[in-house]
Amino acid sequence: MLGRLTWAAIPINEPLPIISGAAVGLFVLAVLITITVKGWWPYLWREWLTSVDHKRIGIMYIVLGLVMLLRGFSDAIMMRTQQAIAVGTAQGYLPPEHYDQVFSAHGTIMIFFVAMPLVIGLMNFAVPLQLGVRDVAFPVLNSISLWLTATGALLINASLVIGNFARTGWMAYPPLSELAFSPDVGVDYYLWSLQISGVGSLLTGINFVTTILKLRAPGMTYFRMPVFCWTALASSLLIVAAFPILTATFIMLLLDRHLGMHFFTNDAGGNQMMYVNLFWAWGHPEVYILILPAFGIYSEVVATFSGKALFSYRSMVWATLGICILSFMVWLHHFFTMGAGADVNAFFGIMSSVIAVPTGVKVFNWLFTMFRGRIVFKTPMLFAVGFIVTFAIGGLTGVLLAVPPVDFVLHNSTFLVAHFHNVIIGGVLFGVLAGINYWFPKAFGFTLDERLGRASFWCWLIGFYLAFMPLYALGLMGMTRRLEHIPDPSWQPLLLVAEAGAIVILCAILCQIAQLYVSIRTREQRRDLTGDPWNGRTLEWSTSSPPPDYNFAVLPRVDSIDAFWHLKLAGRPPAAPAYEAIEMPRNSPAGFVTAFFAVVMGFSLIWQIWWLAILGFAAAATVVLIAGWSIEREHEISAAELARMERVR
Amino acid sequence: MKRTGLLCGLRRSRVLRAAAGTTLLASCKPAGVLDPQGPVASAERLLLINSTAIMLVVVIPVIMATLVFAWWYRSSNAHAARSLVESYEERVEFVVWSIPALTVILLGGVIWIGSHRLDPRAAIPGKSDPLRVDVVALDWKWLFIYPDRGVAAVNQLVIPAGTPVEFRVTSATVMNSFFVPQLGSQIYAMGGMTTHLSLLADRPGEFPGLSANFSGDGFSEMRFVVRSVPADEFTAWPEQVRGAGSALDDAGYDQLSKPSKAVPPTTYRSVSPKLFDRILEQTIAGPAKADIGARWHPPVHRAGG
Amino acid sequence: MTLAEIDRAPNEVSSERARGRGGGGPAPKRIVVAYGFWIFILSDMVMFSALFAAYAVMLGNTAGGPTGAELFNIRSAFIETMCLLLSSYTCGLGALSAERRDPARFLIFAACTFALGAAFLFIEVTEFAGMVEKGAGPSRSGYLSAFFTLVGTHGIHVASGLIALVYLVAQVIAKGLQAAVLRRLLCWSLFWHALDIVWIGVFTLVYLWAT
Repeated sequence: MLGRLTWAAIPINEPLPIISGAAVGLFVLAVLITITVKGWWPYLWREWLTSVDHKRIGIMYIVLGLVMLLRGFSDAIMMRTQQAIAVGTAQGYLPPEHYDQVFSAHGTIMIFFVAMPLVIGLMNFAVPLQLGVRDVAFPVLNSISLWLTATGALLINASLVIGNFARTGWMAYPPLSELAFSPDVGVDYYLWSLQISGVGSLLTGINFVTTILKLRAPGMTYFRMPVFCWTALASSLLIVAAFPILTATFIMLLLDRHLGMHFFTNDAGGNQMMYVNLFWAWGHPEVYILILPAFGIYSEVVATFSGKALFSYRSMVWATLGICILSFMVWLHHFFTMGAGADVNAFFGIMSSVIAVPTGVKVFNWLFTMFRGRIVFKTPMLFAVGFIVTFAIGGLTGVLLAVPPVDFVLHNSTFLVAHFHNVIIGGVLFGVLAGINYWFPKAFGFTLDERLGRASFWCWLIGFYLAFMPLYALGLMGMTRRLEHIPDPSWQPLLLVAEAGAIVILCAILCQIAQLYVSIRTREQRRDLTGDPWNGRTLEWSTSSPPPDYNFAVLPRVDSIDAFWHLKLAGRPPAAPAYEAIEMPRNSPAGFVTAFFAVVMGFSLIWQIWWLAILGFAAAATVVLIAGWSIEREHEISAAELARMERVR
Repeated sequence: MKRTGLLCGLRRSRVLRAAAGTTLLASCKPAGVLDPQGPVASAERLLLINSTAIMLVVVIPVIMATLVFAWWYRSSNAHAARSLVESYEERVEFVVWSIPALTVILLGGVIWIGSHRLDPRAAIPGKSDPLRVDVVALDWKWLFIYPDRGVAAVNQLVIPAGTPVEFRVTSATVMNSFFVPQLGSQIYAMGGMTTHLSLLADRPGEFPGLSANFSGDGFSEMRFVVRSVPADEFTAWPEQVRGAGSALDDAGYDQLSKPSKAVPPTTYRSVSPKLFDRILEQTIAGPAKADIGARWHPPVHRAGG
Repeated sequence: MTLAEIDRAPNEVSSERARGRGGGGPAPKRIVVAYGFWIFILSDMVMFSALFAAYAVMLGNTAGGPTGAELFNIRSAFIETMCLLLSSYTCGLGALSAERRDPARFLIFAACTFALGAAFLFIEVTEFAGMVEKGAGPSRSGYLSAFFTLVGTHGIHVASGLIALVYLVAQVIAKGLQAAVLRRLLCWSLFWHALDIVWIGVFTLVYLWAT
């Protein structure tokens, strides 16, 4: 009746997961009770859970990403602590079967449920505003994407207290991830949560490609789009082209596990190398799915806070598109050590270092944008400068790893770990944090506290260097990744430095929480009444903060890049615009309800409760069909109504 | 002792932060990749240093320029000359594209030549005939079979110094990676497949070896020792081994292939013929269908620590 | 009235109408919907490419089990192909009658399309069942895993296409051939034609190549 699910699935005898699970459970319960007691449910349901407004969806994505960042970071600090103390004869506090889950969950969560939601959240919030339109192409689909991503996050957190998570690393290489070697539910948690959230990501990609290519303010030709929109477009194209590969790969692994097929098994003609190839055919573009929008954010931030137009907009665009295409030609550099011939390795090595060309161009363009500018060091700009310096080092070590013979000795070492944290923290995360600080006033109508923002930046920067520079050194000393026990006591000092770095990063996160808290408490003094707190250049700053549901009462007309800047130079347009009736999408519970049934389905599939899985799928499909039945998904705001709303604002 | 180590570590991290000298690192305490003991590892270290140097030529000025620009053009600096109008010049653009392009062209040559010279499969020229060693990754230990000597060892690899060693590598279980940092290149060990690798140790010595690809709960302890001994000593070694220990026959292999952790180095006085090829076949054939999932259960709790 | 005129963008700007380069503001809904659906189909094609690649890799990995040549019945595969191609033809005729606002004709063609699609599925399922009966099921070898997954995924697409067709026919009956329903029909026929293209790939690369 309940498949593999029994009381034994709850690890009562293991204090760590039970205590942390109980703490999280109590917190969630407390939040739910508060909401109920205060009577906030109708508001939440109406304004957020069923909202199809891209701004609200973007904010919810970011909240999801930040919450999951706490989860992923607690995994990180557990790993650092284990490695710092489990040296020589000491065994540390985590047994291998637990430690292996921790690093697998850390990688999976940070990529899929922190970096992706944060990046997609910022795209959701900013892209339609920058394009000067009222919403994305498919608002209801957008809501479905969000809630399916949340479904995956929920499932992965459920593995903390019901059953266990994968012990295979975040790439889940077979045959280790096959039933023969991972018979428990861990890998199924991994696969199903990523399959479900992957559908969400794919729909987001489709939505944004369509939005950016087909919905833009009048006059906004391709080469008048803000760079962030270009990078969002490149990122979305990569999602559309890469995520289906991951879906297919996971389908094959699932079929191996559930139906005894032989795609990646050792026996009966399976081919594990195929998994590795397919995984990285998605995995490498995924890196650029994350970093390209971050590049876009830096471009906006550097231009805005230097008070100058971005240097060589066109080469920035071509560099973005170049990276987009090249990203599909380098996947083999993730496994030079598999024994391919010298020609193949050399080809992929050269292609990988070729990516450094457009990336280098971008760095030079940011530099020349700063050159002779008037640089205002607000928090987003600090992150941008910190990024350029850090990313230069990460790029260097990346190109080193692209040299196959060098990779032969550094592959899978902590040098590699340091490299990708260097580009993901120093690149993606700094970009996202810059973006959050940059667009927060637009989203909520008041600025974030500068002092605490700066403190969090310095903690992030110093914490990052302390935590990961030792790992570069340790990699060169022959330390491989994913060690639960450290054999060589001479590595301990550097591991302690890394631990200290993790603690400094903890301070950075605490600063950010404090920043949020203080800013909300003092929001009345920090109101942004102009809608343009940074002297911005692009269209999102031309509307009020926060923008109305419909973003723009009258769609702006665009005559150049940096449209709002030129508007400001020319003096504001005459008042009393001619309002016309507009159509806005109606709220829809489809996303939330579909995701609810997707949770039921995913959970039942993991525990092999087949009848419930079928029921969950049927229910989710029915919700989609019901949502697809209606014709009138928009409501009209008449010109008079619009004029009235604009006056009130 | 501890303190000097810590200082050393701090210096290391700062040195690297400036990304200025992987070579300086070696002066601290030679170990791992920076302390090569064979031609492959030496060539790879040289490549590492050369590539770093090539890139530093660009990266250091970029980092300096970033910091200088950020500092000089801060809004509070009254001395800075500014020009806030769009300043776009094709000449600058050309430079912007050509600097990274030239660097990458140079590096591309390094990559092409390096990949071919250091192909793991390529034979290493040596004075003597190469020694053949078959490597099998097991849960969680390494089995080394000397097909020409008829002996085998677990978690201990004895090789003659100055003689090229040709490895055939496979796995009887999940994917692993065979790696001796001080000798150079690693190579994946994969079930039902053979990968090839040639290495050479210049001098006698003991070098740590490990699996570099995560393979399950016993992964951390999946380490072995490479003992490089003088050639004449190596000639005598199989004789010593034949005199002691058990035989690695079918029953012995069945016993050995069961999952176990932190296995101490052992030797086997004899090996059943063609064991490596039979392990390959067995892995391809797989366990009987009904046994899948039943045969292999990871131990839930650490056995003995 | 033609389709293009049915629903215009709410804020259509008639001057500087340089659609495609984006001069003209947001595109009309019909274009947006069809465009988005195209992108979805492209992503689906990428997924099929991964499955095709897996099949190509697994071609020799029969693990002592049967090969494609020993299993496939080229005649039934040919009949399947004909069913699907014909169904695309009737699907096209259906789309034309829908655009001419002729619900009766549309329903007849939709029924033909459904019947042909169902026939295709029936033959495929029979073929699969026969193979499993012979002991050549998907868990026999890596090759057969890849075969069943590739062809089966296409089959599942066809099945869901049929369910969607029934659903859309219900919409046509309930709401008539209005703009929103026509947009959905347009997407559906795109989907159906795309499945044809995938099947041509399957027929050539799986069935013809093996025999």
